[in-house]
Amino acid sequence: MTTRKAFIAELNELTSKFKKMGEKLEEMIRQVYQALMEKDENLARNIIQDDDIIDDMEREIEKICIRIVARQQPVATDLRRVTSVMRMISDLERIADHCGDISEYIIELAQEKPIPTPKGIPEMIECMQSMVSNTIESFLDENIDEVERIIKSDDIVDDYFEQIKNELCLSMKENPDSMKAYMDYLLIIKYIERMADHSVNIAEWNAFVITGDLEQYMNN
Amino acid sequence: MNTNGALYGYAYPLGHYGYPKNKDWHKEMPKFTVKDLSLYYGDFKALNKINMEIPTNEIIAFIGPSGCGKSTFLKTLNRMNDLVEGVRVEGNIFLEDTNIYSDIDVIKLRQRVGMVFQQPNPFPMSIYDNVAYGPRIHGIKKKTQLDEIVERSLKQAAIWEEVKDRLKKNALGVSGGQQQRICIARALAVEPEVILMDEPTSALDPVSTLKIEDLAVELKEKYTILIVTHNMQQASRISDKTAFFLTGDVVEYGNTEDIFNNPREKKTEEYITGRFG
Repeated sequence: MTTRKAFIAELNELTSKFKKMGEKLEEMIRQVYQALMEKDENLARNIIQDDDIIDDMEREIEKICIRIVARQQPVATDLRRVTSVMRMISDLERIADHCGDISEYIIELAQEKPIPTPKGIPEMIECMQSMVSNTIESFLDENIDEVERIIKSDDIVDDYFEQIKNELCLSMKENPDSMKAYMDYLLIIKYIERMADHSVNIAEWNAFVITGDLEQYMNN
Repeated sequence: MNTNGALYGYAYPLGHYGYPKNKDWHKEMPKFTVKDLSLYYGDFKALNKINMEIPTNEIIAFIGPSGCGKSTFLKTLNRMNDLVEGVRVEGNIFLEDTNIYSDIDVIKLRQRVGMVFQQPNPFPMSIYDNVAYGPRIHGIKKKTQLDEIVERSLKQAAIWEEVKDRLKKNALGVSGGQQQRICIARALAVEPEVILMDEPTSALDPVSTLKIEDLAVELKEKYTILIVTHNMQQASRISDKTAFFLTGDVVEYGNTEDIFNNPREKKTEEYITGRFG
């Protein structure tokens, strides 16, 4: 018979809530993609409202973590898991904020003279989306190999950012009438790039949970 | 007496009781070196080839389930196990450069390596006489000298202010926490180098426990402290190093922060996280 049943139940509750927060976030990112491709103002507004749901989830998970630390005095892997979750949910919440930020610009784009979606943006979003999904999955599966792949994927997103940024600059020179729209896209890709960065942060904390080494992945 | 300081490249000045006192010389030398130590109670092997170095001026915690050998190991360090019939010891323990299981005065060993037990055990005499007992045994008779030793020891044990006006009162008449601090003062009175504490706070209330813990942290500036505890939070709060014992073996020994943040051994992780079964 395993001891500390109540503690294990609390850790499982924490993992379950983290998973739900991750699933909600993945749904928001899918909606961002759809809203951006279709210039769907209504969907964009829904995404902005859903940010409150993520904020509530973050607060709830925070309370659980603090309760576990105060009452159960976790050590070793349990301590690393609880303290890392407290950091990871902050990054998840920032990703959700950026979904809202992008949605604000989708609403503006929908009201402007339409321009083709710049090349590379769908692929950039897909890459970032994959990073977010995989980083959540790797926490649930305790998969260190996936962590390393996620960290490398950030370079791909950064490359997309540079490439699209350069093309947008060119487009602004060639089509000054659509300068505002190009600027909106520039800010959108900046947010996508930041979302990928937050995924890397989550992956690094996950690596700490698995290996116990705080510095190895973060310094790299 | 063995003064083979060449073993570690040092020469030793001698202190009041005839043993090396200048701790600065020994900052790099372990206080204890334990080599292949095994202990038998009759046919039962209680300790299995323990190897360990215990540094000076640190608090070392021994943790592990009941019956794992941690108290037995603690008591090998001042040969209290000699008092148990049928005990047999193999291997060596060096207190700095002195093999404590060779031809050595055990009384002098226990002056250098004092001990505090789980149940406070003041003698049935006054607080003053409890603390003065050890120095008197060692030949100190002058009252002014004894007064100075008693006051210093009770201050070091952080209980002077509470008992200074009733030193003639019977030590059994004070609270459990105070009795335990009197026992610590008694151990300190003979100017040991090491204090062994065998679950010193198990029988005490939470406030007294925290006072003893604060005291241990203060004392490690001058002494090396080894503490057996069932309270893992206590071990993680106050110790510099922790050794996890299991069925007579040392499973893991290292910096307390590493043991409690990221233990190397699965069994250590299972024990400290409470995952049995």
